[in-house]
Amino acid sequence: MNMNSITEITTTPIKKKYKKKSRFGEIWKRMKKNRIAMLGLAIFSVIVLCTVFADMIVPYSVALEQNIGDRLQPPSAAHWFGTDAYGRDIFARVIHGTRNSLVMGIGAVVVGISLGGVFGAAAGYYGGIVDTLIMRVMDTIMCIPFMLLALAIVAALGPGLVNVLIALMLSMVPYYTRVIRSAILTVTGQDFIEAAKACGTPDRYIILKHILPNAIGPVIVQATMSVGTMIIWAAAMSFLGMGIQPPTPEWGSMLSEGKDYMLSSPHLVIFPGMAIVLTALSINLLGDGLRDALDPRLKD
Amino acid sequence: MMNEKLLVVKDLSVIYKTDEAIVHAVNKINFDIGRKETIGLVGETGAGKTTTALAIMQLLPERTGRITEGEILFKGENLLKKSKNEMRMIRGERMSMIFQDPMTSLNPIVTVGDQIRESLDIHNHDKKNKIELEARVDELLKLVGIQPRRKSEYPHQFSGGMKQRVVIAMALACNPELLIADEPTTALDVTIQAQVLALMAELKEQLGTSMIMITHDLGVVAQTCDKVAIMYAGEIVEQGTARDIFEGEKHHPYTLGLFGSIPDLEVETRRLNPIDGLMPDPTDLPPGCKFHPRCKSCMEICKHKQPEPHSFGNHIIVCHLYAKEV
Amino acid sequence: MEPLIKTIDLKKYFKVNGGLLHAVDGVNIEIKKGRTLGVVGESGCGKSTLGRLVIRLLEATSGEVLFEGNDILKCNRQEMKKIRPKMQIIFQDPFSSLNPRMSVFELIAEPLVMNHVYKSRREMTEKILSLMDTVGLAERFVNTYPHEMDGGRRQRVGIARALALSPKFIVCDEPVSALDVSIQAQILNLLMDLQEEMKLTYMFITHDLSVVKHISNEIAVMYLGQCIERAESTELFKNPMHPYTKALLSAIPVPRLTGNQNKKIIRGEVSDPINPKPGCRFASRCDYCKDHCLGQDIPLKDQGNEHFVACRIYQ
Repeated sequence: MNMNSITEITTTPIKKKYKKKSRFGEIWKRMKKNRIAMLGLAIFSVIVLCTVFADMIVPYSVALEQNIGDRLQPPSAAHWFGTDAYGRDIFARVIHGTRNSLVMGIGAVVVGISLGGVFGAAAGYYGGIVDTLIMRVMDTIMCIPFMLLALAIVAALGPGLVNVLIALMLSMVPYYTRVIRSAILTVTGQDFIEAAKACGTPDRYIILKHILPNAIGPVIVQATMSVGTMIIWAAAMSFLGMGIQPPTPEWGSMLSEGKDYMLSSPHLVIFPGMAIVLTALSINLLGDGLRDALDPRLKD
Repeated sequence: MMNEKLLVVKDLSVIYKTDEAIVHAVNKINFDIGRKETIGLVGETGAGKTTTALAIMQLLPERTGRITEGEILFKGENLLKKSKNEMRMIRGERMSMIFQDPMTSLNPIVTVGDQIRESLDIHNHDKKNKIELEARVDELLKLVGIQPRRKSEYPHQFSGGMKQRVVIAMALACNPELLIADEPTTALDVTIQAQVLALMAELKEQLGTSMIMITHDLGVVAQTCDKVAIMYAGEIVEQGTARDIFEGEKHHPYTLGLFGSIPDLEVETRRLNPIDGLMPDPTDLPPGCKFHPRCKSCMEICKHKQPEPHSFGNHIIVCHLYAKEV
Repeated sequence: MEPLIKTIDLKKYFKVNGGLLHAVDGVNIEIKKGRTLGVVGESGCGKSTLGRLVIRLLEATSGEVLFEGNDILKCNRQEMKKIRPKMQIIFQDPFSSLNPRMSVFELIAEPLVMNHVYKSRREMTEKILSLMDTVGLAERFVNTYPHEMDGGRRQRVGIARALALSPKFIVCDEPVSALDVSIQAQILNLLMDLQEEMKLTYMFITHDLSVVKHISNEIAVMYLGQCIERAESTELFKNPMHPYTKALLSAIPVPRLTGNQNKKIIRGEVSDPINPKPGCRFASRCDYCKDHCLGQDIPLKDQGNEHFVACRIYQ
């Protein structure tokens, strides 16, 4: 027990002493000890700040302004990251592309996990006919190649940011259902689930309080890994003309536009590429640290 | 006299070193085993029984476990001075080990017969051919009471007791002189335990193997051992013949506590007399006698001075209580 | 005195590959208020399944479980919710029966919160601290997590959870078999003290005969899903009747130099509980097996002074 709580005993009635520490505070305390996770958090914070304050860093108009005379300029004082084939400032496009790419990447994963979580949890916890039904439907969807499925959905809904997002997350659902179901199956067999049933805990609490927190570890890692993949998939959709329509800046489409000039002007792909790598990496580090921080067993 | 001892352990200390702390798992223990003798190492979780066994076999986890001092003399040769290759030839051939859980010590995808033959293959100095080896496998299976025709079956087709018999057959494959059995019957049911213990006793008679029996069950010890060493927090606190331990007058307070904790089938008691408190944290052992915080007869001296061993013939008790009597 | 809990022809079959696994096959037991019934048997005899059936953690295939005279197997969800707090269970493995992500406080609070016992958090905290005191856990452990404690303390948390709702009946499923001997004795003493103080009724499931003798008033011996002998504890140890019970008692290694000789060791191992043939299930290992042991199930029969045995020798 540390000094703080000792002084607390003397000043407050005994019951207060054992007031539950806030969950968040405890997780944060554990997280702070993990330097690499904190590095991830720092990078990710910078990226998020770039999204929020994009217009203050560089006006949106700069990202769209074409200047054929200045095309394919290497990085310089005027254009920090150089210019692209239409003479647009790559720095401005990377900064303003952050929002679209982040929304795509994180949005698809978050919604994918939420839906997959519901299906996976139901399948894993109840088993039997519910399990068979859900899993066979998911298996059927998984048989369709990911890209084909996403393209089919966009084709039906029409191109655009929101529709690409829907396509990506729907395509992710079967994948996460499977991951979460297996994570849940390993937890469901343990005695403490039965112990919870014995003291009258309703099913929904058992899933929320006992199963999900213990099953979430591998899911978080999987999720952070796929944020990067999602950004790339979104880019591929844009490349095929199904995603975000030019000239809206987006890292993926910048990559595909730049690939023709990759040998002569590598900065066209290096900077958006680095943006994707940094984002994926920071989220990955953060996720790794988060998984550890969520687990009280790894406290010290 | 010394030459008759098969194994002598002298002042053996083992530590486990992890990032956070050094665990003193075994502290300066001494014991020996004669030919055809069985010694029981008794103690609770964390007493250092298994560590002692692993140290003798030189199977301590390489990255963390280290023997810091002492000697392990096997037929007069110090095992700690042997190279890895020499040790590998000794293991399995001259000494072998039976682990606690028969379910996990067999490879599930190799037939039982092949698993037994594997250790024969490795130590095949006489260049026996395949037929001779197979004959030996059959012989071993018969020895442990399994029909030889079952050798082409896989471990999952055997029950727990049968698996432990297979494990024993593997351990005995090369006629070792020393057998270390680490809780060989803990995972088994009582009636099966009785079968396995009877089998082990019979084989010991037949083959003349010496044995170290590691267990927490004083009943098993009474049934199988000639000598007993009681371990607590990495030390042997009392050792002697089975008669000394089970029928002797003088005991270490921990030994008394252990006996008091077992419900006796023949005596009617309403309450047990357990030892208070818990095993000490091995990274932070108490000063003086390791047992003093839980000891009912703790004296002032126990709190700061490590007790000396006091011997009454072969019966050794490490406790201040017996200081004046010697 | 009316029994607090009574089972009538209780059966539980599990569907497995290859047929029906008869885990519990027609068991009749009763436990009087404030007493302890020890259920003994080897692994796979269905004793843990029986423990879960009587508090309806598992749904029985057929039969009745009478708790204070009411068949709880016929209760609906709402009625069950009222009865549930009166029957609790203590698990074998204190390492897997506590959620590793919950602190001691949260663990003991769970039954209280889920059954809306207290309105204010202050009252609940008081109750939790007093429960911890009852089971001998120091207050300073209130914010620790299970992995930071040793087996004995974890088991104390498990006991505190079971006591939280002031139950009348507790199923103890091998509560001490995962613990060291010295800790085992501490927990056994605690359980016996609690029984005296709170007038608890126990069903004590174990494979350890010396433990069961110590704690039980009455003992039921199970073999392959059936209860084959039932008697007062002292009577059973003095005068075991069924050949299996005799073998079981003889197999215990006693911590004494004399008495381990001339053990009666039974041959073979427990046979398959899947689609068992009618007749005595111990027959294949029994030295006294005759033709009439097979073909027909053998009922428990009173041999006088409440000593029941299911064996042809005594019928």
